[in-house]
Amino acid sequence: MSRVHDMGGRFGDGPVIPEPEDAPVFHKDWHARALAVTLAAGALGKWNIDTSRHARECVGNTDYARFSYYEKWIAALTDLLVATDLVSRDDLRASNPDQQPLSDKAMTADKVAAVLGKGGPADRDSDIPARFVAGDTVLTRRPADNRLVDGGHTRLPAYAAGARGRVLMLHGSHVLPDSNAHGLGEAPEPLYAVVFPAAELWAAPEHPGDEVVLDLWQSYLEPA
Amino acid sequence: MSPRQDRHMPHDHSDHEHAHALLPSDPALRVKALETILTRKGLVDPAALDEVIDTYENRVGPKNGADVVARAWSDEGFRAALAVDATEVMRELGYYGRQGEHIVCTECTPSVHHMVVCTLCSCYPWSLLGIPPGWYKSDAYRSRAVREPRKVLAEFGVALPPETSVRVWDSTAEIRYLVIPLRPAGTEGMSVEELAKLVTRDSMIGTGLARVPE
Repeated sequence: MSRVHDMGGRFGDGPVIPEPEDAPVFHKDWHARALAVTLAAGALGKWNIDTSRHARECVGNTDYARFSYYEKWIAALTDLLVATDLVSRDDLRASNPDQQPLSDKAMTADKVAAVLGKGGPADRDSDIPARFVAGDTVLTRRPADNRLVDGGHTRLPAYAAGARGRVLMLHGSHVLPDSNAHGLGEAPEPLYAVVFPAAELWAAPEHPGDEVVLDLWQSYLEPA
Repeated sequence: MSPRQDRHMPHDHSDHEHAHALLPSDPALRVKALETILTRKGLVDPAALDEVIDTYENRVGPKNGADVVARAWSDEGFRAALAVDATEVMRELGYYGRQGEHIVCTECTPSVHHMVVCTLCSCYPWSLLGIPPGWYKSDAYRSRAVREPRKVLAEFGVALPPETSVRVWDSTAEIRYLVIPLRPAGTEGMSVEELAKLVTRDSMIGTGLARVPE
C-alpha cells in the first residue's frame, strides 16, 4: 500500500468542475471507441472485472497520474491483451497483423444488447456463514493490504483502514476481488455495508453528523 | 511526449516495459491502433463497437433513473418494493444490466442527504444513469467527496442546512447506489412523467437537488 488509484481523502486535487446535464456522453470520439473496444474485448472472457480493475491500477504511477480516464482504460486493456496472449508485442509495434476471420467468441453487433443486459452479477452461494448482523460494531483491518497476494488488488481503501464502524446491512455473499483479480478463484464471502462516522476517518470532519458508508467483505472486518 | 520517450519510461514493478508503451502516445491514435489490431485479429467486430456506443449515447441513461425516482415519489407500494429488493424492481422495469446488477436505493430525507462516489475507480449505476460524467471520474471528486462532501456540494451550488447530515456512499463493491432525492415542494398531483422531468442526473448521484417546477 498504497497504490495511486486509492484517492479517498487525498489533498491537493483542486475543485470539482460540474458539467451541464446535457453535456455529451462522450466528449471525444476516441473516448467512445475506448469504452466500446474495452467492453468488446472483455466479452472474449479472458479476464474478469477484478482483473481489469487491477490492470488499471498497475499501469504505473506516472502513467496513472498523467493519463486521462479513457487513456487508463486503453493502457490497461493493452497490457491485459498481451498478458493473456490475445495480442503480441509485435502486433502492437507493427499495428498491422494479418486479417483473420471473426472469432466465434467475438461479440457481434446482434449480441450487444444481450451481453449488456445480462451484465456480470457478483453474488454467489457461499459456505462461509455471515459473522455479523446489522447494528454490530466492527473494526476494519489495518494495513489495508491484500492478504493473499503481496501488493495485490483490494477494495479496502487506505483511508478506512483500522476504523471502527457499524454494520448497516448484509448484501449477501459476493465474489472476493482480492482473490478473483489474481486468478485464485471467486472465493465468495459475506459482503456488508458498513457506516463510519466522519470523525472516525478524518481529523477535522466538516460536520459532527456526517458519515461515510463502504461495502466491505467479511475478511476485511473484525468484531470490535 | 514522443512514442520513443514513452517506450523508455521506467516502471516500478516489472523487468520490461509496459505493453501499452508500444502504442502511439496520442490517445486517439492509440485507440485507433488497438481497434485496428483487434479487428484484424478477428477479436472485435467494429459494428459491435458502434452498437455499444449507440446504446450508451441514446438508450441507456439518466432517464431510467429519473423514472425510478418519479415512481418512488408517487407510489408508496413502489417505494416499499425498492426497500425490499431494488434489483428485482429494476428487472421488472427493464433497467437491470451491466454495472447495474445489484441496486440499492438511498432515499434523502430532511435529516439525511445521500451522495455517491467511487474513490478507488469510477463505479456508477450504468443501467440507471448511463456513463458517468467527467467530474465523477475526476481525481478531485474521488479524493474529496468522502472527506469534504459539503465543500464539494458547494461547488455544485448546493448548501445543506446544518440539521441535515451527509451520508457518502463509497462504491467499493458491485453494489450500485441510486440516490432518491427529496421531492420538491409544489409538485402535488403531478404525473410520473412530469415528475421525472424534475429529476436531474446530479440529484441521483447526490451532488444536486431535484428541480423545483417553474
